[in-house]
Amino acid sequence: MKDLLAVAMLLSIYGLLSASFFVAMDAVDVAFTEASVGAGISTLLMLVAISMTGRAEHPSRHKPLLALAVVIVTGSLLIYGTLDMPYFGSAEAPIHQHIAPRYINDSMQEIGVPNIVTSVLASYRAFDTFGEVVVIFTAGMGVLALLSVVRRSPVDIAKIVLFNDAMHERHLILRIVTKIMIPFILLFAFYVQFHGDFGPGGGFQAGVIFASAIFVYTMLFGMNTARRVINQSFIQVLAAIGVLLYGCVGVVSLFNGKKFFDYSALAIDPVAGQHLGILFIELGVGLTVASVMVIIFFNFAGRNETPRNSDKQDL
Amino acid sequence: MFIGLYNYWVVIVLMMVGFYIVIAHGNLIKKIVGLSIFQTSVFIFYISMAKVDGGSAPILADEINQYSNPLPQVLILTAIVVGIATTALALALAVRIKEAYGSIEEDEIQKQDNLD
Repeated sequence: MKDLLAVAMLLSIYGLLSASFFVAMDAVDVAFTEASVGAGISTLLMLVAISMTGRAEHPSRHKPLLALAVVIVTGSLLIYGTLDMPYFGSAEAPIHQHIAPRYINDSMQEIGVPNIVTSVLASYRAFDTFGEVVVIFTAGMGVLALLSVVRRSPVDIAKIVLFNDAMHERHLILRIVTKIMIPFILLFAFYVQFHGDFGPGGGFQAGVIFASAIFVYTMLFGMNTARRVINQSFIQVLAAIGVLLYGCVGVVSLFNGKKFFDYSALAIDPVAGQHLGILFIELGVGLTVASVMVIIFFNFAGRNETPRNSDKQDL
Repeated sequence: MFIGLYNYWVVIVLMMVGFYIVIAHGNLIKKIVGLSIFQTSVFIFYISMAKVDGGSAPILADEINQYSNPLPQVLILTAIVVGIATTALALALAVRIKEAYGSIEEDEIQKQDNLD
């Protein structure tokens, strides 16, 4: 397929399909994340990037036969490797014997949170999750370093505002419907954030949903309106505060004589301490994910508006 | 008798589709799409291994006594969000390459590099 726009759309459908596959595989939290990330945000970023790089792919001068041969050989080796793997759905597979039974049997007494995924994510493996949050933060900083918007002259800004206003007048119904929906999306994000202990949800999903509400707002009302609503440097500080909050919870438990990220140190009752720790950790994750996503989107979209790219020939 | 292994084969097919796109296409955006298909195939691999027959989603409730494995789900949950962050970084690089070279086709970039 040579049209990259169609490729991006197909990728979005693929994301949605894999989300429904994850529901069928009992992975509700994962499905939640994949639905908001794979079908929503990644498509959006892909579209913004394509609008800057052009949507037509040049005909390939590579020889596909060699690539096909490499792929087939690798694939058959991998299939040969699966022959002594445990069968699908078998409860005797080694993966289910090692550490999972402890999480399933003891997490209620130790953490007191019904959603095992949340208790493993935020408490048993908090150190891992901390690493992931730092990676997300670093990626956000990387995008910032690569794409941060150059200052423009006032004339250009006026031109852009004029263009945006003209565009927005045309989409009256879209604009009003979205305006009604945005508060509900934000509310839902908060629900997902704080209900993650009991049902599917948590900081990662909530952050992405929160960011997508801001994306929708930006798409309909233009970058300049969105910049007036959301201060860019404030968002950058917020991303750092999220990581710091996460790290501080670990340091506090360290100072209280327990291990790093051992939340039972946070309150007199160990289970209450765990609840408190998970609340703060998820808040830190949510803050970082939401603000990094907004940073990424703003920088992509802001790049798109600079005069250098306004003379696009493909679109 | 090997039919119980079909989940791995689906994963391998998806993985090879992604791999093929990465090595056979010159367009950088296409390569990123291929990488994300490859990535999703690994997600599906982990999640399908976590599934237990007759198991339920790992949210504790009184009347359920068989749960799917929560650990791979935790790993993949965070990997998805990290994946989108790194994909965004890759797209940002592609945009910068477009600005510097005026193209995101691999062979054209190489040609310009060879001229210098």
